Amino acid sequence: MYIKEKIYRWIFTVLAFSSFVFLVGIIIVLFRESLPLFQKVRLFDFLLGRFWYPTYDPPEFGILPLILASVWVTCGALCVCVPLGIGSALFLNELATPGQRAVLKPLIEILASIPSIVYGFFGMVVLAPFLQQLLHIPVGLCAFSASLILGIMAVPTVCSIAEDALSYVPRSFREASFAVGANRWQTLTKVVIPAAGSGISTAIILGISRAIGETMTVLMVAGGAAVIPTSFFMPVRPMTAAIAAEMGEAPMGGLHYRALFSIALILFLITFLFNIIAELVSRRFRLKLGLAQ
Amino acid sequence: MRATIKLLVVGALIVGFALPCYAAKIVIEGSTTVLPIAQKAAEVFMDKDGKADISVRGGGSSVGIASMIDGTCDIAGASRAIKDSELDKAIANSRNPVAHVVAMDGIAVIVNPSNNVNALTKKQVKDIYTGKISNWADVGGKNEQIVIISRDTPSGTYEAFGELALEKDKVRPDALLQASNQAVASVVSRTPGAIGYVGLGYVNSAVKAVTVNGIMASKETVLSGTYPISRPLFMYTNGQPSGEVKAFMDFVKSSEGQRIAEEQGFVGLK
Repeated sequence: MYIKEKIYRWIFTVLAFSSFVFLVGIIIVLFRESLPLFQKVRLFDFLLGRFWYPTYDPPEFGILPLILASVWVTCGALCVCVPLGIGSALFLNELATPGQRAVLKPLIEILASIPSIVYGFFGMVVLAPFLQQLLHIPVGLCAFSASLILGIMAVPTVCSIAEDALSYVPRSFREASFAVGANRWQTLTKVVIPAAGSGISTAIILGISRAIGETMTVLMVAGGAAVIPTSFFMPVRPMTAAIAAEMGEAPMGGLHYRALFSIALILFLITFLFNIIAELVSRRFRLKLGLAQ
Repeated sequence: MRATIKLLVVGALIVGFALPCYAAKIVIEGSTTVLPIAQKAAEVFMDKDGKADISVRGGGSSVGIASMIDGTCDIAGASRAIKDSELDKAIANSRNPVAHVVAMDGIAVIVNPSNNVNALTKKQVKDIYTGKISNWADVGGKNEQIVIISRDTPSGTYEAFGELALEKDKVRPDALLQASNQAVASVVSRTPGAIGYVGLGYVNSAVKAVTVNGIMASKETVLSGTYPISRPLFMYTNGQPSGEVKAFMDFVKSSEGQRIAEEQGFVGLK
């Protein structure tokens, strides 16, 4: 009996640590495949170069347009997913009847289970031509369309985490607020939202991570022009789209291949940073509400 | 009964292990443009032949030709003719590169069917793609911004278009890069002001091909070389091929091999 228990213990320890092993393995590969690039290309030119012509002779590996495209599209997505996500969370938590809640919450979660290629296809075939006609823009595949779709894709992430945060606010907070004569709106804006504030911030930060790492949709909808964006109606080429489109045909071990790995490394560092911030903020949130030890 | 089965199994094992030793190994290396033809032809050829073991690698025309000169590959795929400097090297290495044209590469310039422009010159195509011309009115069309659609930078079609139509100038950075010939055609078909380029096999009724220097891209004009954005695709062998290499080259040039080339979006020679 004792031995059996020990074996189970070992099996589950190994399983739990396997994700740690994967993480370390991925980090090692990313560094090993990307660092040789910087013997040939200066880091400064790589990060701040304005032209991405990886296959010309001589090649140019400036990823500033790609970084800015990712930032641009992500900011656009935030403008969509923050009001929609937080708004739905507030509705679910504060106003919805149990019946509405039972229908809405699973529906919003279904949004998360739609494969990204389906979103991409929808954007490419339906949304882009529609926007093109509606707004009289030369081409519908642009940062704006990509932002809209990414924003909708990030709604479930933002909504469900924000909703959790709101539901963690203890009843006593609300009761105390009503007791001193605050109305519902005042309680919501002055008590509940500030109390759930860092939880909501976590939701937004994870929404950013989700949007910046999304690949298939931006590949299909953003247009793919490696140019520094100056308007929302320009085609752009986010980092993920560049990697996905070019990795297949970049000769293995060549500079282009290394440059794509370097983009992946930078992307990884960005999302890693965001996830750490989200973790720190949510820890503070749990402390504040007395949920953590 | 049992013994017979045992014998059969052992026999089959021996034959199975021994066969690869007899297989004729052919290495094909070179141009990524020729790669799809080589790859598909190799698959079909290996199925039919059984004896051949063909491995296909990319790397580019220069890499392929250099390997052929060094003797590390049997067939070099090339999207250009061999250079004089490479010929000198080959002779110094006592090698004798022999060119085989395996297909023609023709790239059609396409626009949206609603566009009233039907003809462009090669110079205009270049000026549009490099950014000197940005409005259809400058080439006789409506006053409408030109939306430039291109293939992704590592693609063979992008490389070919860059060499043949743009004379190695850069495509303007704000061109929309699409991942496949089909994607280029579908974006052009949905975008009134768009211009794009695709392999001849991908022109369909949803887009309109324009003439370049007065010549419409077609199988005939590409084969005769009169269409300006076209080029022959080569495979180079060391001396006249023999044995399995010869069998493979004959297969590629046969009507079945040429049909494979057409399926990959090229213009077959037959």
